[in-house]
Amino acid sequence: MAATSGLATIPVAASGTNWRRIGVAVAIAAALVLPWLVSDYRVFQFTLAGSYAVALLGLNLLTGYNGQISLGHGAFFAIGGYTAAILMHRLGVPYYLTILPAGAAAFIVGVLFGLPALRLENLYLALVTLSMAVATPQFLKYFDHWTGGSQGIVLRKPAAPTWLPIGNDKWLYYQMLVVLLIVFWAGSNLLAGRTGRALVALRDHPISATVMGINPVFYKTCAFGVSAMFTGIAGAMAAIATGFVAPDSFNVFLSISFLVGSVVGGIATVAGAVFGGFFIQFIPNLANDISDAAPWAIYGLFLLAFMYAMPTGIAGFIRTMAVRYAPKFRTAVGEQPTSQPGSHS
Amino acid sequence: MTLNRRTLMIAASLTAAAFVAAPANAQKQYGPGASDKEIKIGNINPYSGPASAYGTIGKAIGAYFDKINDEGGINGRKIKYITLDDGYSPPKAVEQARRLVEAEQVLLLFQSLGTPSNTAIQAYMNEKKVPQLFVATGATKWNDPKNFPWTMGWQPNYQTEARIYAKHILQNVKDPKIAVLFQNDDYGKDYLDGLKEGLGAQASKLIVAMKSYETSDPTVDSQVVALMNSGANVFINITTPKFASQAIRKVHDLGWKPAHYLNNVSASVSTVLKPAGLEKATGIITSSYHMDPTDPQWQSGKAYQDWLAWMKKYYSAGDVASTFNVYGYSVAQTLVQVLKQCGDNLTRENVMRQAANLKNFQVPMLLPGISITTGPDDFAPIEQMRLQKFDGNIWVLFGEVLSPEGS
Repeated sequence: MAATSGLATIPVAASGTNWRRIGVAVAIAAALVLPWLVSDYRVFQFTLAGSYAVALLGLNLLTGYNGQISLGHGAFFAIGGYTAAILMHRLGVPYYLTILPAGAAAFIVGVLFGLPALRLENLYLALVTLSMAVATPQFLKYFDHWTGGSQGIVLRKPAAPTWLPIGNDKWLYYQMLVVLLIVFWAGSNLLAGRTGRALVALRDHPISATVMGINPVFYKTCAFGVSAMFTGIAGAMAAIATGFVAPDSFNVFLSISFLVGSVVGGIATVAGAVFGGFFIQFIPNLANDISDAAPWAIYGLFLLAFMYAMPTGIAGFIRTMAVRYAPKFRTAVGEQPTSQPGSHS
Repeated sequence: MTLNRRTLMIAASLTAAAFVAAPANAQKQYGPGASDKEIKIGNINPYSGPASAYGTIGKAIGAYFDKINDEGGINGRKIKYITLDDGYSPPKAVEQARRLVEAEQVLLLFQSLGTPSNTAIQAYMNEKKVPQLFVATGATKWNDPKNFPWTMGWQPNYQTEARIYAKHILQNVKDPKIAVLFQNDDYGKDYLDGLKEGLGAQASKLIVAMKSYETSDPTVDSQVVALMNSGANVFINITTPKFASQAIRKVHDLGWKPAHYLNNVSASVSTVLKPAGLEKATGIITSSYHMDPTDPQWQSGKAYQDWLAWMKKYYSAGDVASTFNVYGYSVAQTLVQVLKQCGDNLTRENVMRQAANLKNFQVPMLLPGISITTGPDDFAPIEQMRLQKFDGNIWVLFGEVLSPEGS
């Protein structure tokens, strides 16, 4: 029984399911209460963090579960953001109806991009996707008739309905939370089932997976498409929350921070995307508060500290802790946990 | 219990009444971020990312406020300057603007840099009624007091500059036939609009050829050849540094001798004219509004010496050859003037009222004769420029101070 890392999920599965359910319930409860505890400015930051979390779920699906490294997810984020912005600004579509088309547009581009990507492995794929990230701002400037060029597109921020006594920021936050929950529910169902196993099998041993009847062309393209779709949805969420899109919003660094966020959060985990979203949103700010002379040096130190203390990411760290302490807690307090070990606040 | 509550209520209403009455009696009025002791000012600059070269402007501004504070502040109040990095990313700029307004509670936002970042926050600032003063961008749209009464630019905008060239051409070139090379984006089109407006009704007749280029183009040689073949005797060069060099070289190599107007964006001797060849650039005309710290003709003057002394004392890490540090110094002086004019009425409304009430304000490092004037319908502080001609070595000023309207 060499039950290490990946296989470690099997022995905990039975008790782990309960813990996971409780964890998800606590997280959702916390997310519901949160806007009432912090200022509107923070609520806005959490809304952005939520959009990054959705983007990272997309990237996790592709890079974590399917092993295809992408340094270009900022491009899908941009496609989603611009699809939403153009629909709202040029065609007068209400903001809540732009999220699905944004996902669909990114899905199509993702599938088209996934086809040639089938021939490329690992680092080569990383380079090709990087080219996409590099080219995005210039493409956006080139089609300035639609995209507004480097001036971008200013969007009207959604206002809360007058009968609802909450501010615009909370209103938007809750709507984005609903989108996030739907995407995460869909994503974790997809990954927990047959498709998820096929993706992981193709990552770990492509030849045996193919022998077992898994169609690599179908699944890899699918992974690219769905991954792009999630990230496109996230782009639309961020564009609506920010109320503005411009080519400079989608530079190369965005794509790189996505990869950083998904690794720090916990690659090949669903929960990791949430932690990664928080990392992308808050760590650069924190670094800036600690030292405005060298914020990126501080950011680098944070990154090193995270990778040293939690080599499998934040989600991996929590899982390790749960594996270590959960059985004890179960025997001590039965099936009614009063506190969750390793939970992060 | 009831008695207690009633007493409390009375006490509370009395206190409230006192607060309401106070401003009416006293002279002092404060908006968020202002008090007897200090004035909080927010700033957003790209200290990281693709435009981090501009970061020195934010630091220079801070260094100038240090000097003001050392000298006792403004009307006895110290400036608290909070500057944040947006990495030239519009979503980050939105986040930082919200932080400055909502968490830090600044009185005003000053000199946020870049057209995209300022566009991203403009609606928010106007909705919150927080001054977005003297934004660091050359776009023309910041002068729009009707729609955006809380946003104001500072430097001459692209259209102002283009209209000045148009005016000079009409007055000085006989039978002008104009050829234009421009970058195909908002910046190039902004210039082009100003040029057409400046030329007036006959613009379409006077402009005999127009060619554009994309920033991804390797060269602009073919465009320059086409423009020469149009038979034009005036060449207006609306290009960024790399392409400006190429165009200057090509015009010279083709033996074309038009009256050559080069936009201020590419007026740098070291990064544009030297690579093209100084002899090839001789005779080119451009315009400017502030002193170039590397130009020997200013270095013995008081304005430069004061600036240099400030640089050495307060910003020794800064580059004394950088025009960005002249820019930061001058724009900070403009804000200090606005705050002085505010006196003890430091509300956001009064800040905008005073910013729109600058009358012939002299900024030492601006070119002689150029001053700042604003009004309720004029949110474009610097509208004057002076023309200068390259003599093969330095830019030599000539002619009067020009503005697009009167002479």
